[in-house]
Amino acid sequence: MTSEGFLLNLVLWLPLFGGLILLWMGGGREAERQAARKWSLAITVVTFLLSLIVFMGFEPTDSGFQFVTDVEWLAGLKYKLGVDGISILFVLLTTGIMPLVILASWDVDKRVAQYLAAFLILETLMIGVFVALDLFLFYLFFEAGLIPMFIIIGVWGGGRRVYASFKFFLYTLLGSILMLIAMLWMANFAQSTDIEFLLTHEFPSEPFEILGFEIGAGTQTLLWFAFFASFAVKMPMWPVHTWLPDAHVEAPTAGSVVLAAILLKLGGYGFIRFNLPMFPIASDQLANFVFALSVIAIVYTSLVALVQTDIKKLIAYSSVAHMGFVTMGIFAANQQGVDGAIFQMISHGFISGALFLSVGVIYDRMHTREIAAYGGLVTRMPVYATIFLLFTMANVGLPGTSGFVGEFLTMMGAFKANTFVAFVAATGVILSAGYALWLYRRVVFGVITNPALETIEDMNTREIAIMVPLIVATLYFGINASAMIDVFSPTVSDMLEGYRAAVGQPDSLIIQPGGEAPIAAPAKAH
Amino acid sequence: MTPVNQGPLNLLAAAPEMILAIGALALLMLGVFRQNQAGATLVLWLTIALLVLAGFVAFIGGTDVQYAFGGVFVSDGVSRFAKVFIFFGTAVTLILSRTYLMRANLLIFEFPVLVALAALGMAMMVSAADLISLYMGLELQSLALYVLASFRRDSVKSTEAGLKYFVLGALSSGLLLFGSSFVYGAAVSTEFTRIAEVVAQGEINVGMVIGLAFVLAGLAFKISAAPFHMWTPDVYEGAPTPVTAFFATAPKMAAAVLMVRVLYDGFGVGAVDDWQLIVAFLAAASMLVGSIAAIGQTDIKRLMAYSSIGHMGFALVGMAAGTEAGAESVLVYLAVYMVMNLGVFAYILTMRRNGVAMTKISDLSGLWQRDSFSALCLTALMFSLAGIPPLAGFWAKFYTFGAAIAVEEGKLVWLLVIATIAAVISAFYYLRLVKIMLFDDPVEEFDGPMGSEFRVVLGISAAIMLLFVIGGLGVTEMAADAASIYR
Repeated sequence: MTSEGFLLNLVLWLPLFGGLILLWMGGGREAERQAARKWSLAITVVTFLLSLIVFMGFEPTDSGFQFVTDVEWLAGLKYKLGVDGISILFVLLTTGIMPLVILASWDVDKRVAQYLAAFLILETLMIGVFVALDLFLFYLFFEAGLIPMFIIIGVWGGGRRVYASFKFFLYTLLGSILMLIAMLWMANFAQSTDIEFLLTHEFPSEPFEILGFEIGAGTQTLLWFAFFASFAVKMPMWPVHTWLPDAHVEAPTAGSVVLAAILLKLGGYGFIRFNLPMFPIASDQLANFVFALSVIAIVYTSLVALVQTDIKKLIAYSSVAHMGFVTMGIFAANQQGVDGAIFQMISHGFISGALFLSVGVIYDRMHTREIAAYGGLVTRMPVYATIFLLFTMANVGLPGTSGFVGEFLTMMGAFKANTFVAFVAATGVILSAGYALWLYRRVVFGVITNPALETIEDMNTREIAIMVPLIVATLYFGINASAMIDVFSPTVSDMLEGYRAAVGQPDSLIIQPGGEAPIAAPAKAH
Repeated sequence: MTPVNQGPLNLLAAAPEMILAIGALALLMLGVFRQNQAGATLVLWLTIALLVLAGFVAFIGGTDVQYAFGGVFVSDGVSRFAKVFIFFGTAVTLILSRTYLMRANLLIFEFPVLVALAALGMAMMVSAADLISLYMGLELQSLALYVLASFRRDSVKSTEAGLKYFVLGALSSGLLLFGSSFVYGAAVSTEFTRIAEVVAQGEINVGMVIGLAFVLAGLAFKISAAPFHMWTPDVYEGAPTPVTAFFATAPKMAAAVLMVRVLYDGFGVGAVDDWQLIVAFLAAASMLVGSIAAIGQTDIKRLMAYSSIGHMGFALVGMAAGTEAGAESVLVYLAVYMVMNLGVFAYILTMRRNGVAMTKISDLSGLWQRDSFSALCLTALMFSLAGIPPLAGFWAKFYTFGAAIAVEEGKLVWLLVIATIAAVISAFYYLRLVKIMLFDDPVEEFDGPMGSEFRVVLGISAAIMLLFVIGGLGVTEMAADAASIYR
């Protein structure tokens, strides 16, 4: 193991270590609780700093994996870790959001030590998904993350927490266990579980028939669907998104933030890591299928969001709509589309996280998420109104915020792949402005009608401190988007080169970044 | 496989069995002369020592192949692997039984002696190289278990359990013998090696296939695979809890390994096509029955019965592969399964309120607030039973699924799809237990404090579940070595 690899291992395992210590310490008395909070904050901050050191040492122009650890593990598998331009940003997003999550949990009083320990353990599992370079190591982290989240929703959640936690768990389990079978098949076929190797491996794509149905790209299609089942649930895509609003509504604020900011990104990351590069022919054939689901997600869930009466549910549906842009961008399979999808995921991490934190702020004071219970907050909470406005605008995709860049790039990518899809998706942008601004108007503007709001306090220093990094990130990457895009762009263009070679698309039809855009979409190979 | 020493007796190859047989008879004598509770306790501890000794002897045996008793008894890697787990598992069950038996006034010397004889029968089963020695081992084990099931003579349920088990067990033994006679007719021998030779020559006639089907049906009874599972929930529920704990662990290992013996040694890889579909069907039915029927259970012992049916189904998925990897996966699965069940039963045995043993699932409500150590250990065990990574239960499934997917032409992929559906359904009821323990409001506490032996077994088995991910704790290598005879 190189010293570089050791650093990545440290980033990965430190939170777990911190969580286990916390479980062991327990936390009965108030002093112990305070110590538990400080300990978790310290652990997450140190993890973030360590991941920053990894980032400093990361070479963005190199599209391969860096900081690699590669040792033997049980059952002929490998314990292989590493980051490339795509995963490094997700690692940073995870480690960056976690200290804010801990800060947002400061007022939780029920079993504090175990609560925080669950988050710390979850952090390791989430980072693990992004850095794992062995199929089954990936699966292990991907799946194990269900356990702490199940417990977080079930123990610390709201009224229908049991229903929500079961739905969350079983939905995701069914998806991912199909993926397990596909992985076993791949490992058996390629005689390797090394993701780096599998990325360059070609899986059979001769068409065959099952029960009279023509399977277009043969085995690739079946594998593609097995992975798709898992990631589409995680993402979540319409029509398997229904677990998300329930889980969000019942989860405690910090749980919602983790769910929206990080856990949803596992699905998109999986698409980029597995579906697109490993099964290019199937991806190419099924692109229109994904487009259809994506635009339905964008339009339908936006409409659903319009009629919600629960703030968290509204934001949850808006997340589904935004994830629709991501899947659309990924399967557009061109530089702008994939770049935009990754950008959108990271930026959605800041924005949705901040939105759920904003809901948490008023929920902590009023203990209701009903939109009707609010109104006129601007008179009592000016700071809150400002911050909430910023993130509402970012959610809508206002130029100057990071929300704009992602939406724009994915739509541009989609436009080149399929003009009609981009057209329908664009209506989603209008709808999102509709529900987000209407929510803002009903919660913040107007006169106070609910007498309980007469005495509501504005955000305290802790709450503002949580928001500041998110505000900075949203604005910075909104204005200077290339700071982020330059990190993953070489990796993406390398991956897409392999993709085009596999599906037989001539390079000349593909617009290189900065190149001149042709008017018509490139002809599809199939 | 080449026999190292084929002397007529070669007793050394059967050293663990000899120790156990002679020891059990000696302890029987000792018990007869000291018929009080102190005497019974002494016999119990001596039996445990005997089992540990036999397990140790089996453990240091290495992996070479040795025949004894003129070739009807084989000692090889697979049998030794199984014996180590059977003997140690039995010893742990005995340790856990002591308190319960004492409280229920059931601690008499016959109990440990019967358990030791059952273990001896199991050791014979996993070493069987001949249909006759197979039947001997199976009957020795079964007769001891029939008596154990009805050990609480004054309880209607326990007597019913014993009787039910006996009648159905006798039927299955009959099926097995019936099938054996057909196999003998076709192969003109009862020795596995001879049967395998006949099969390898391609002489599989109708008689052989009928024999195979009946033998498999008889064995399916013993491992409680669906559709031969009906006795399991009633017997599990009716038998005294320590006996249930015993049923759920060592005999399962023995019967599953015996099935590997019959299918892999007896019929050999030459006849895989003939038995693969039967085993795959048993696997699919068991997984579905185990997962669906468990949902409505309110009694934890019945729940564990259905859980064991389902788990046998998952083990059969690996067995159906008919390859070296298949045998390895069965060994790994059963080893992990035994440890999980010992942990769960260690806690079930302590569930008492006002001196009465409790077995309702709802009695676990809010356990986290009452006893966080046990609740967290049980949570780990439940997630492991559900097969969620990184716990050991996931790796067990990983091995069986991996073996099945490697079968050429993807012949077993349909079985894996059923397995995934069953895994998700069964996850539901394991999660329900987690929910009851962690999410629900606490009910009245159990009688405390639980004995240290329960705490230790529960803690160790939970720790094994969590730590298995670090290199498999040596079990995977042991199983791989053992299964290498099928290369």
